Amino acid sequence: MFGKLTLDAIPWDQPIPLISGAMVVVLLLGLLAWISFKGYMPYLWREWITSVDHKRIGVMYALLGLVMLLRGFVDAVMMRTHQAVAFHAPGYLPPHHYDQIFSAHGTIMIFFAAMPIIIGLMNFVTPLQLGVRDVAFPTLNSTGFWLTASGALLVNISLVVGEFSQAGWLPYPPLSELPYSPGVGVDYYLWALLISGAGTLMTGINFVTTILKMRAPGMTYMRMSMFCWTTLASNMLIVAAFPILTATLIMLALDRYLGFHFFTNDGGGNMAMFLNLIWAWGHPEVYILVLPSFGIFSEIISTFSGKPLFGYRSMVIATLGICVISFIVWLHHFFTMGAGSNVNAVFGIATSVIAVVTGVKIFNWLFTMYGGRIRYQTPMLWSLGFLVTFVIGGMTGVLLAVPPADFALHNTVFVIAHFHNVIIGGVVFALYAGITFWFPKAFGFKLNETWGKAVFWFTIIGFYVTFMPLYVAGLLGMTRRLQHYEVAEWRPWVVAATFGVAISGIAMICQFIQLYVSIRDREALRDKTGDLWNGRALEWATSSPPPVFNFAFLPEVKSEEPYWEMKQRSMRTGHLADIGAYQPIEMPRNSATGFITAFFATMAGFSLIWHIWWMVVVSIVAAYAGFVWFAWRDKDEYTVPASEVEKLDQERRLAREAWLARQVNASEAI
Amino acid sequence: MNVANERFSSELASHAHHEAHEEDHHGPGAKLVIVGYGFWIFLLSDIVMFSAFFAAHAVLQDSTDGGPKGSELLSIRNVAYETACLLLSSFTCGLILVGAEARRMAWTQAALIATGLLGLTFLVLEVREFTEMISQGAGPQRSAFLSSFFALVGCHGAHVSVGLLWLGTMMAQLFVKGFRDDILRRLLCFNLFWHMLDIVWVAVFTLVYLVGDAR
Repeated sequence: MFGKLTLDAIPWDQPIPLISGAMVVVLLLGLLAWISFKGYMPYLWREWITSVDHKRIGVMYALLGLVMLLRGFVDAVMMRTHQAVAFHAPGYLPPHHYDQIFSAHGTIMIFFAAMPIIIGLMNFVTPLQLGVRDVAFPTLNSTGFWLTASGALLVNISLVVGEFSQAGWLPYPPLSELPYSPGVGVDYYLWALLISGAGTLMTGINFVTTILKMRAPGMTYMRMSMFCWTTLASNMLIVAAFPILTATLIMLALDRYLGFHFFTNDGGGNMAMFLNLIWAWGHPEVYILVLPSFGIFSEIISTFSGKPLFGYRSMVIATLGICVISFIVWLHHFFTMGAGSNVNAVFGIATSVIAVVTGVKIFNWLFTMYGGRIRYQTPMLWSLGFLVTFVIGGMTGVLLAVPPADFALHNTVFVIAHFHNVIIGGVVFALYAGITFWFPKAFGFKLNETWGKAVFWFTIIGFYVTFMPLYVAGLLGMTRRLQHYEVAEWRPWVVAATFGVAISGIAMICQFIQLYVSIRDREALRDKTGDLWNGRALEWATSSPPPVFNFAFLPEVKSEEPYWEMKQRSMRTGHLADIGAYQPIEMPRNSATGFITAFFATMAGFSLIWHIWWMVVVSIVAAYAGFVWFAWRDKDEYTVPASEVEKLDQERRLAREAWLARQVNASEAI
Repeated sequence: MNVANERFSSELASHAHHEAHEEDHHGPGAKLVIVGYGFWIFLLSDIVMFSAFFAAHAVLQDSTDGGPKGSELLSIRNVAYETACLLLSSFTCGLILVGAEARRMAWTQAALIATGLLGLTFLVLEVREFTEMISQGAGPQRSAFLSSFFALVGCHGAHVSVGLLWLGTMMAQLFVKGFRDDILRRLLCFNLFWHMLDIVWVAVFTLVYLVGDAR
């Protein structure tokens, strides 16, 4: 009846997952009870869960990512503290539990923290910057989000029902094959990633189509903001790379479920093929994360320097260059596999070439700041922290790209330090910067600056204190994923890294305080103009938060920095641009399709993990029925009446006229 | 041509005009263009997924682990019938759109049924081939070569099955709702999907069966 699932699946003998799991369950039930008691359920269902508004979906993505970031961070704290005490000692985590933690940490941080936040920002910002009302496929967008949430849910269920994978964040065979991982851990990994991967692919298709086919009148390719360009590049990579991940994981699943021999020891299986396939996705994945981050920094550096982005065209070329080259470097993840020196040399050189293209970007950002009037607000601090930190990470990357050096450093914590250097310094800093930058646009009030700066300083110091020692430990030969060790030379560096993670913990606490303080003081922090940072792209041309239709009139784009130009024109002429008569606007209707699909996808995933075959069939049939039900509906749009459009837009224009009067007065005073 | 149909093609024409004059870009494209374009992007991603299975097959095709080789197992005659079915179904699939353009319900439904029957025949032939191989002890568990064979050809077969399910749903929808704009867009997407399966099959035929038969 319940396949392999019995009561023994709950780890009664392990207090850590049991207690933390119980706490999460109690917290969730409490939250649910509170929401129902207060009568917020209908609001939540109508305005959020079934919403197909790209702004709402973006916010939900970011929330999911932040919650999972916290979960991944707790894993990191456990690993660091465990290693600090596991010198000539067993530490406090048994080996099987420790292995699950490092596997979960990597999986969660990449797939369920970094990806959702990045996709959330793309969702929120891209249609606004393109000057359009929504993405190409709004319901698909919602489905993509809920499938990602479904994957995250499965990973979290594995905490208390069964176990998670012990085979690392990429399940290398033969360890991940049935004889060596007989439990359900790898299956949790496989189905969580297959389901959320389908969601990510939907996002990729949606955004490539949106950017290439839906832009405001006059917005030619070379007038798109840098964030839109990097979003385009990133989503093209999703479309080209994620299917490889899906295929690879399906092959591994076939090995585990039906006795195929893709990657097995016996039957002629080929383990090296797994490495090639998984990294043919895995390396582009790095750029799927970091390219939008580059876009975020481009927007912020140009805004806070009060200058157009330096070398816009070279930036576009560099972005697309990285997009292509990212597909021909994958072998540098396993130089030691023995492909031969010529093959290694080719991939080593290709890897170094990426550093050249990225270097172009670094210089462009520096020249954007040069001669600018720089405002050191929180988003800009993150950007400056990124420039310094990312260059260090880039240089250790080039070092690792040299095959002979890599032979010495492969699988050491030097590699750990390197990729945390680029992912924290590149992606996480960008996420914090982007959230601080666009938070006022999403919610109408800005985040507290003092606490934001505290988050920045504790995060960056915490990062350096954690990972610089790991570089040294790596050079001393310390391999990664050690449950315990006996080498005395490594000890001081491991202990130092523990202090670093404590500082990062303070940053996390500051982050919570910042959110609390900002929400408490939201009236004082409110932004009425819609253009808090004196922005340059179109997202600042509408109110904060934007109305559901984003723009009452699609903006006419005449230059690379459309909103900056509009503001200049208004200041020259002394009045806002003329508008015609307000028209009713057609918007996509809400849909529960995404939520329903994801519900049954979770059910299907769970029953596949536990071999509950009848439930697999039931959930797939139900998901299909839900799909047909959606396809059958007759009206997929509703109309916002012209009067409503007028009311909302007039409020914005009044605020902008007040702003304009202040500008004109100020210039007359001079 | 009736009025709705003219709009169908004029939407396309006006969009082509936009693309030609990039400098005076006229804003978001027509819905038909957006849907078709998005679906093409999906098909491209699907082709990338197939390419991973093709690559795996190329790597593993000599890893027979002492078991049967391609030339001992594959029947070119059977696969010729399968290919004929699929290519013919592509032709009838094209007739679906011709019928839809002319707004002829009977014609369109007949073309849909013909496409479905040809697809079903293809599937039956494939399942028969699979069961025969498995009964000879040449199932996917036998060797890595056979794992990759069953996964690749089976992946294509699974796509055809999903296509048939979609086709049946489309027939019911078309019957109930008539030639509405959204139904026409879905028929277009179905066409693209079905032709893509044909393209992939040509590669399967060549790289798996013809090359495999020579080994």
